[in-house]
Amino acid sequence: MSAPTGSLRVYVPGDAAAVACGADDIAKTIRDLAAKKNVAVQVIRNGSRGMHWLEPMLEVETGEGRIAYGPVEAADAESVFEAMLTTGGEHKLRVGKPEDHPFMKKQTRLTFARCGIVDPRSLEDYCAHGGYRGLNKALAKPANIVAEVTQSGLRGRGGAGFPTGIKWKTVADTKAEQKYIVCNADEGDSGTFADRMIMEGDPFVLIEGMTIAGIAVGATKGYIYIRSEYPHAIDVMNDAIRAARQGGVLGDKVCGSAYVFDLEVRVGAGAYVCGEETALLDSLEGKRGQVRAKPPLPAHKGLFGKPTVINNVLSLATVPIIMDKGAEFYKNFGMGRSRGTMPIQLAGNLNYGGLFETAFGITLGELVDDIGGGCFTGRPVKAVQVGGPLGAYFPRALFDTPFDYEAFAAKDGLIGHGGIVVFDDTVDMAKQARFAMEFCAIESCGKCTPCRIGSTRGVETVDRIMKGIERDKNLAVLTDLCNTMKFGSLCALGGFTPYPVMSALTHFPEDFGGAPRLEAAE
Amino acid sequence: MKTTSGWDANLAAEIIGRHKNTEGPLLPILHSLQEAFGYIPEPAEPLVAEALNISRAEVHGVVTFYHDYRHAPAGRHVLKLCQAEACQACGSDALAAQAESKLGVKLGETSADGRVTLEPVYCLGLCSVSPSAMIDGRIVGRLDAKKLEALIAETSR
Repeated sequence: MSAPTGSLRVYVPGDAAAVACGADDIAKTIRDLAAKKNVAVQVIRNGSRGMHWLEPMLEVETGEGRIAYGPVEAADAESVFEAMLTTGGEHKLRVGKPEDHPFMKKQTRLTFARCGIVDPRSLEDYCAHGGYRGLNKALAKPANIVAEVTQSGLRGRGGAGFPTGIKWKTVADTKAEQKYIVCNADEGDSGTFADRMIMEGDPFVLIEGMTIAGIAVGATKGYIYIRSEYPHAIDVMNDAIRAARQGGVLGDKVCGSAYVFDLEVRVGAGAYVCGEETALLDSLEGKRGQVRAKPPLPAHKGLFGKPTVINNVLSLATVPIIMDKGAEFYKNFGMGRSRGTMPIQLAGNLNYGGLFETAFGITLGELVDDIGGGCFTGRPVKAVQVGGPLGAYFPRALFDTPFDYEAFAAKDGLIGHGGIVVFDDTVDMAKQARFAMEFCAIESCGKCTPCRIGSTRGVETVDRIMKGIERDKNLAVLTDLCNTMKFGSLCALGGFTPYPVMSALTHFPEDFGGAPRLEAAE
Repeated sequence: MKTTSGWDANLAAEIIGRHKNTEGPLLPILHSLQEAFGYIPEPAEPLVAEALNISRAEVHGVVTFYHDYRHAPAGRHVLKLCQAEACQACGSDALAAQAESKLGVKLGETSADGRVTLEPVYCLGLCSVSPSAMIDGRIVGRLDAKKLEALIAETSR
């Protein structure tokens, strides 16, 4: 960093959610104002703290810590800058210390510990905030990595919830000259943005996690497959990889050890199904992103037929803290078989949308009403879709469901990648059910019949129900079709599309022309 | 539709050569071709097939599988409106209807004068500041009728 010492440090998030609300222009305004007023200012483009209703949220470093202001619009930039010059002085948009905000105080930030705090492009800043402690501990006892990750109870954060350590052990135990670590950053679910935030706000934690995985299983090459809809994340990841190579933490001698590990970013091409791990591998190989039948498992025959660890961004980004603080530390958070914390994404029609990381066990109602503050339209919440386009719609009657893989499964839903999309009472659930089928039809890879044809027939059947044509007969057809898709599809796209459809039908029959479901029946 | 607008075989060969020896080179090649030409010109397909020693059908299969690859040049401006659930919850349907009526094209179409392409996108990951849009690569959150009107005005430049 080249700014003169004693210069004022101002943080203007470079996170896409902030940029979409004008952060780039504000950063420029701050620089221009500083030049005009002849004040030495260093503008740092940090990630987002996750309080997205306050974005763009600017911060200034003062003797008492960082003071935030937000949401800052172009018209407020000058007055906010004036307030900042008086060491974090008063302003109608003054938030105070971000860490003291109730939204932050209620969280347990493990995976997102540094997001929004550090300069995402500075390896030095990452290390100053505890970065690479996990890798150094892993290097001291490389044979223990797999056991540590297994004991932590970490499960795949992409949605499947498969124990990460067991995946790694399978790859470690498979002999091969070449193995790969693949990071699934094809975060296509609506309502999710945690992967994007980590890549834009703390990319080195993902690099460190993938490096630890490489050392653990004997892989020397890793790929991060990022969706093309995330240009900002792609830029930051590429910059961070270059900085990591220059800093000697990636490449021929990882942190001065004998281990070799290098990374490359690959960009997707707009196919939702490539978020499915085997379709992603085919896409990386340069094929149509079609789902593979399992077995063989990717752990045995993955990328280019070689043993491959394929994990979601959040799973890999959580490994450094597990290695640093130990499996016991991580495992002590959570409930049942869902250990540790989950970065939950609050989205859609909410007053306080953003990233909320907390131990498993918080209820859906707490998340929607207490943390999210209900609908910003001021209307009652009608339905909440949890887990992306393949997740079930939950009515208020199920708001006591704790955030836990098994508890959601027991209510015919899933937590998926932790996205929560809130709808007010103007939503038409038959239309949402139709969209679920339509989306599946658009995005189906075409390999298996239940998904490829079932989704199109599903749209037609919902259309007939919405028009009142032979309603009961068509409801029976839809239910049967969902059953076929659920049990006959090759992957979660066709297999889980029935979740939003059937949950809409079950919990909101009145939107399909039926009698309303009695609350007491829950 | 056969389009060969702006086709340059030498440039295509140079792009293919640049990526040819990487692992899994097809998508990076197609991304670079699209960056250079604005779409994947049909004459590029046999060149790619030849260089990677795969069939032309395989290349064509990949080009047509992914939503990102264009088979004809886009309009001078590309306006993408997010139509996924989090944006639906905040009124993206009405915004799409507004854009369609103002621009006189449906989602997925390019205006006859080649001025603008209107496209749906299924999630920009801006779900906490929805509804969202992307215009010529620039992202916009908290979209409302007024902001959309300004974006539509931008496409007439």
